[in-house]
Formats: sequence, structure tokens, C-alpha cells
Amino acid sequence: MQIYLPIAEMPVSVLLILGMGAAVGFISGLFGIGGGFLMTPLLIFLGIPPAVAVATQSAQIVASSTTSVLGALRRDALDHKLGAILVAGGFVGSALGVWFFAAARRAGQLDLVIVISYVTLFTVVGSLMLKESIREFWTKRKGGTVRLRRHAGEHAPYLGLPLRMRFYRSKLYVSVIPILGLSLFVGFAGALLGIGGGFIVVPALLYIFRVPTTVVVGTSQFQIVCTTLVALILHAITNQAVDMVLAMLLIVGGVFGAQFGARIGRNLRAELFRFLLAILLLAVGLRFALELVVQPEDPFSITAQEVRQ
Amino acid sequence: MRILGILLILLAFTTSASAETLITSLSNHRVLINSNYTGTSIAVFGAIERDAQTVARATNYDVVVTVRGPRQFLTVRKKEQWGPIWINQERQKFPQAPTYLSVLTSRPIAEITSDQLRQRQKIGLRAIIDSPDFTNERSGGVDREFREALYRIKSQEGLFLEDERGVTFLTPSIFRASIPLPATAPPGEYSVDVTLFADTVILARTTTHFELVKTGFEEQIGFVARDWSLLYGLATAAMAIFFGWLANVIFRRD
Repeated sequence: MQIYLPIAEMPVSVLLILGMGAAVGFISGLFGIGGGFLMTPLLIFLGIPPAVAVATQSAQIVASSTTSVLGALRRDALDHKLGAILVAGGFVGSALGVWFFAAARRAGQLDLVIVISYVTLFTVVGSLMLKESIREFWTKRKGGTVRLRRHAGEHAPYLGLPLRMRFYRSKLYVSVIPILGLSLFVGFAGALLGIGGGFIVVPALLYIFRVPTTVVVGTSQFQIVCTTLVALILHAITNQAVDMVLAMLLIVGGVFGAQFGARIGRNLRAELFRFLLAILLLAVGLRFALELVVQPEDPFSITAQEVRQ
Repeated sequence: MRILGILLILLAFTTSASAETLITSLSNHRVLINSNYTGTSIAVFGAIERDAQTVARATNYDVVVTVRGPRQFLTVRKKEQWGPIWINQERQKFPQAPTYLSVLTSRPIAEITSDQLRQRQKIGLRAIIDSPDFTNERSGGVDREFREALYRIKSQEGLFLEDERGVTFLTPSIFRASIPLPATAPPGEYSVDVTLFADTVILARTTTHFELVKTGFEEQIGFVARDWSLLYGLATAAMAIFFGWLANVIFRRD
């Protein structure tokens, strides 16, 4: 069954889009990430104009993350205070990111900046997580104890900077400075790459701040809802590239997928969870790296400047 | 003197062309896009009328139908190896490229008329793409590559096409052609040029238009998204949040 998308100005298969929404929603719910970095390339691959793909998938992220946040609220798996600080820093970072985006476009190498950022971020975050996971598995096999649980009075020096705050739900008593730094960076990268940044927040909260896994997902989803909502409305105003029909299809598929993803995620062992997320990030990073290194099948490409009258 | 010369040429041209008149008609001047639109085709009908003084020609007529979609600013980029990676290096701009371009002919275009006339009058897909004013940058050897790439990629997408059997003569002076419009051809104003040839010479030319427009819900959405963008963004956001909440209510079983 085909349906015509009024803004993308092309027909798509309803079942295919529903299926894609469900698949990405599943991964999003499982790991507490937005999934934008998976959905955008898929939509572009279907022939949907990149601007419409980036703008519209943010609506799906809002929907699936709303579900997760509400679920987390009910299970008390959300740290409001930590989330609020992440959001505040994220907005400032986003503004910087949008500015940098425009600067890179003026310089004519925006595509390159985006691909290289993808490769670096995903491979670095992915391999760090993978290394950690493997070490964890190793220690467990040798019968040692995993040192992920925090010991009283033990913390990295940067967590002891001034302006310390107590985050009860996350069992944290740390300086606000590294948290604000993280949120600035996430907002910046998110605006530049058109993603929510969940895949940076989740590992950072897990490894740098040692926040419990259950709280990480809810808090990260809270941050994603807020930033993506703003991004969605900005996209609608500046680019007029949000396709409501496409958004609806993605959302319907996505919310179902996210539910099952979240359910499975809750029963997943923490080490396995981190291992799988590491593999996913590495795979995406390598895919982009391959695109950069392998000789393209067709060295030529066409881009159309949107001229809407 | 020069103006007089041009006038004389024009006069000669019009008198020679007046021997045959071309009458064309489209099956549809307004194609409506609704939610189950998956492309369409438009029929062109044409009749050739000879006035009383003109004697019948020894050769058959030939017809070339050229359809151009709304214009678009295209940039073609070429990836080149730079150290270990491939990045976009050179590019060429095509500021007035049609989003859709099809040429339907009654015979292979090379048999209809000479190469020179094709280039000058932009008859045929290649002549249109190779014409000097198609791009605003560069010329020479490199230029060719970019035009070639544009032609290749657009042809793969089904938006540039040439059909040398696209025009059928029902009688020696009545013909029909069917313009295929893929679903990806964008809404807008399309022009249909019909050129009549006999013995490699242009006898007559007509231009008609048709419009591809969104209707009903699709039109409304497009209108609101453009003119009420803040409202549209808020509505989409509200819809997303509502569905997120709904899913949470439906699946509340833990």
C-alpha cells in the first residue's frame, strides 16, 4: 500500500515505513537513545530529501522518548535534577552547534565535517565501551569482582571540582561543572549532526559518573525529549521540512517498537546491555568510516537547492 | 540593414511554416495529487493540417515532444581521493535544470534532423543537456563529465528520459504520445513542446502546459506547513507527545 507524502512530495510504502519505525523504535527503547542516527540514513536511502528526513524523524524521537520518560517516571527511574541540568546545558550547546553548522556550510565542507564527526564520535565512544565490556567479562570469568559499583569516598578528581551538588536518585554527589560540560558537548554535537545525542549521554553517565543503569535510560530520554522538541519546532519554522504524514507513520511504528525494546532492555543484564550498545555504535561508526575510505561506486552526486515559492 | 535582414529571415520562416499547421491537445491540463498518487501519464494528441496550396510531401512527418518540469538549482559534485579518504572536490552548478525532462519522438532523433539543428534548437535530451546555457560554470573536457553524470543519475531516477518510439502516428497526419510521469516528478508547472519535422526541417511548433498540483488534505498540509509554520510545528509536536502518552497508557502493564 502506497501513500503520498505531502511535504516530501513522493509516495512511500506504508508497511515499509511502519516497519522501519518499529525497528528503530525497538533499538531506541532498548538502549535509551533517540535512534536518529539510524533513522536518518534509512529515510535518505528511500529517496526522501535529506532535509525532510532529518526534520521529520525528530517527531518520531519525541514520541518514542515521551513514552520512555512517562514509563521511567512511573518506575521512579528518572533523576529530575540531573535531567534539568543536562537540558539547560544542552540548549546552549545547541546554539553553538547551529552556529558552527552554518560556518562549516559557508566553508563548503559541511558533508566532510559531518561524516568525520560521526566516524570519530561513534568509533571512540563505541571502542571505549567495548573495551570496558570486555574487561568486565574477563574479570567476571576470573572470579574477580566488577568494580563498576562505586565505593564510598572513591571518585575521579574532576568530579570533586567546586559547585558540588547532590543527586539523590543517581546516588551522586559531584560538581556541576563536568555535567554541564557534557551537556554542552552533547547539545553541540546534536545540533551539528541532527541527532539527539543519547548515545553520548548514556555511556557518559554510565562510565564517567557511574549513574545506575536504570536511572541512566530515563534521564537520557528526558534530555532527548526536551532538545528534540525544540529541534522539531525549529525545523518546522526554518526549513518547513517536517512531513506530518511521514511523522505519523514513523510514530505509530516507533511507539510499538520502543515498548518492546524497553521491556527487553529491563530484563537485560547490565554488562550485556553495555556490550550490545558498544557493538551498535562501533558498527555505525565503521559504516561511516567505510563510506569515507572505500572508493565510491559513483563518484558523482547531485544535490538540489530547495527553491520553494 | 541588420534588422531588415532578420525581418526577411523571419518572414521567410513564417511563410514556409505556414504551409502546415500543428494542432495539439493534452488529455489533462491539471493533474491532481491525492494520498494514493503513484505517478500518472498524460496523453498528447496532435493533428497536422495542410493548407490548400501546399502539395503533399514525399516524406513522412516526424514529431518530437519535449516535456520540462519545474526548474531547480542543481549542484553536481565529484568525489576524489584525498589522502586515504574520498571527499567531494570539484562541482558544477546547473541553476535552471528541469526537475523532469522527457523527449518523445516518432523515430530515433538522429534520423529526424541534423546534428547542428538539434544543437541550435535544443531538440533531444542530449542537445538540451549539452547546450551551453544549461550550466553557468566552465567549459571544455571536465564540463562534459559533470553533464554526463547529471544525465546518468537523473535517468536512473526515471526523471530524464528519451523514448524514440514515444510518438505514434495513427494516420499520416494524426499522432499520439503518452508522457510518463513517475511519482517522484515534483508538483508544479510543466511545459510540453511539440515540434513538427519533415525532411529534417522544422515545420511548426506548439507549446502547451499542464500543472501537477496537490489537492485536498495534501494541499492543506502543504499550505499550513508553509504559511503557518510555527502552528504546524507545534501541532506536529503535540501529535508526537500525544502518541507517546497513548502508547504509555496502552502498554501500562508492568
